[in-house]
Amino acid sequence: MTQSDTETTPRAPVRKMKVSDEVMIDMSSVNKWYGEFHVLRDINLTVNKGERIVVCGPSGSGKSTLIRCINRLEEHQAGSIVIDGTELTNDLKKIDEIRREVGMVFQHFNLFPHLTILENCTLAPIWVRKMPKKEAEEIAMTYLTRVKIPEQANKYPGQLSGGQQQRVAIARALCMNPSVMLFDEPTSALDPEMIKEVLDVMIDLAESGMTMICVTHEMGFARQVANRVIFMDAGMIVEQNAPEPFFNNPQHERTKLFLSQILSH
Amino acid sequence: MEIAYVRSEPAEALPPPTSSSGPIGWLRENLFSGIRNTILTLLALYLLWLTIPPMIQFLFIDAVWSGSDRQDCLGADVGACWAFVEARFPQYIYGRYPIDERWRVDIFFFLLAAGLIPMAIPRVPYKTLNAIFLLVIFPVVSLILLTGGDFEIGVSWWLALVFTLVLAEIIVLLPALLGAVPFAERKRPATVTLVPFAALALIFVIMGLDFGLREVETSLWGGLLVTLVLALCGIAASLPLGILLALGRRSKMPIVRMFSVIFIEFWRGVPLITILFMSSVMLPLFLPDDVSFDKLLRAIIGVAMFASAYMAEVVRGGLQAMPKGQYEGADALGLSHWQKMRLIILPQALKHVIPGIVNTFIGLFKDTSLVLIIGLFDLLGMVKLSLVDPKWATPVTPATGYIFAAFVFWVFCFGMSRYSMFIERRLDRTHR
Repeated sequence: MTQSDTETTPRAPVRKMKVSDEVMIDMSSVNKWYGEFHVLRDINLTVNKGERIVVCGPSGSGKSTLIRCINRLEEHQAGSIVIDGTELTNDLKKIDEIRREVGMVFQHFNLFPHLTILENCTLAPIWVRKMPKKEAEEIAMTYLTRVKIPEQANKYPGQLSGGQQQRVAIARALCMNPSVMLFDEPTSALDPEMIKEVLDVMIDLAESGMTMICVTHEMGFARQVANRVIFMDAGMIVEQNAPEPFFNNPQHERTKLFLSQILSH
Repeated sequence: MEIAYVRSEPAEALPPPTSSSGPIGWLRENLFSGIRNTILTLLALYLLWLTIPPMIQFLFIDAVWSGSDRQDCLGADVGACWAFVEARFPQYIYGRYPIDERWRVDIFFFLLAAGLIPMAIPRVPYKTLNAIFLLVIFPVVSLILLTGGDFEIGVSWWLALVFTLVLAEIIVLLPALLGAVPFAERKRPATVTLVPFAALALIFVIMGLDFGLREVETSLWGGLLVTLVLALCGIAASLPLGILLALGRRSKMPIVRMFSVIFIEFWRGVPLITILFMSSVMLPLFLPDDVSFDKLLRAIIGVAMFASAYMAEVVRGGLQAMPKGQYEGADALGLSHWQKMRLIILPQALKHVIPGIVNTFIGLFKDTSLVLIIGLFDLLGMVKLSLVDPKWATPVTPATGYIFAAFVFWVFCFGMSRYSMFIERRLDRTHR
């Protein structure tokens, strides 16, 4: 993994920032199966407002499934997930309500290739939030400036580099003014030289107090930003701790093995 | 360190050697790149020499360009008898449409061109108005022009219409009436929903008006007119229906999915000729005596259903090819199912299957000639009909007639094909 070269722009560690006591996401006894395969086993996780969580673990451990359950891209079959006071059920209205509040960034960006960058960003505000076009464009430009690519607004996603596309994807999610941001391995599909620009944007976002859950193997990012690091294996949360003790003094055997594998190359 | 090397200035770009560029390079590369290719090239040239000159001889040099009857097209070395096509040309276009009413068909052709050409050229503005003209005004005007209008829309129609309007209003206002949503929030969508109904009512009123046009039964229509009416109705109906069926077939709702599958498999599994026969011979047997549909209308419905089943599968292919990430991206932003389909999935999926869609259109256009077997005379039917005329019976007449029909069909189909390629390239350019 590329943890060693993610020495992002030196700043004060973000994780010192204050976290509110209000609960944002509450998952209790969440279980999920893919057919016979028990992919999430008794997940209990509470995320407070403003908290930044990094989820790591070997592939197939269920970390992507975990965060995809939070905005119902995957359906959980047992347990409860409550987001900002709204419980996720089969009620489509509630699902839409929650999706409006939860922004998501994917490994493969999932930008809409037939729309310009600006249109990608204004689409949901216009159609979902019923925002006037002009206002939506102003907001989109604000966020595109924040991710440092306002000059690309009228290009199509296919004309941008991977790092730029991922930054657009972050801006697109932010345009909906979400209260939580989910990141599903946002840097895994990027060339090494582009990882930093995306991480910088994410750190900037963390500094603004956004509640974030990131599935990532960027351990430098985790050290700098996370309040809590969660290690998952075989569908279970095996260990969770603040970054310092998590990296310096892992408790569980699996965690030790995993960390030694990704840190020692 | 002697092996170290750092380039101090950029190497200049040089033109390629002349033997691999320019016309000579092209010939070398494509036609004479080896012994086998050279032999094939020479063989092809020989075959062209065998076929092209006699064809030109027949079609142009030996052809008869003017004349009044078969005497002019008789003889040993006579080529195509264009005089015959010229004499029969009005029938090929209008069929048996009354001669002094043919201006109405001319207006139809003119309106069609006036609506389609600006629509097809991307640079021309006012696309929305243009689409409204093509999809609403043009069909209504054409229907009245071609048939004569003055439809007997009885009292029952009016009652049905008023009932529909009231029902629509209730449906639109239902959430507000039940108190689920405040009235104020519902007001705008309500008026928006009512506009189409009001337009529909207006159309019914116009259809019932008497414009003083003579009624022309569809049994008198023929030639290119019938071909175009059938093809246009088929195309206009099959694309939206096909999209709905394709979405239905991928729906999670079992009833919707089952209906779509049954519909598609039924219409796709039956030959078009059978459908046309059923519509013209069998259907009247099942209907009460006083109910009778127009034969052309029945053929149009049959062709449209048939084409939409094919269209559905073409569109489904496009939907299948969409990466899962596009659905998830749209879902994660909170778009509703229909917004997701309309704004994200369909624009991309349809773009991918433009070749397949146009393929279906072209097939549909040519299949219209099958209506001959139920006694409707499209272009090919009129050509066939004119061949039995003793006034023009010569050995070259049938060949000439068929070549003419083939040429007209080819022009339309080739036009569609080229236009679709243009659109594909254009969409590609804006997306990449």
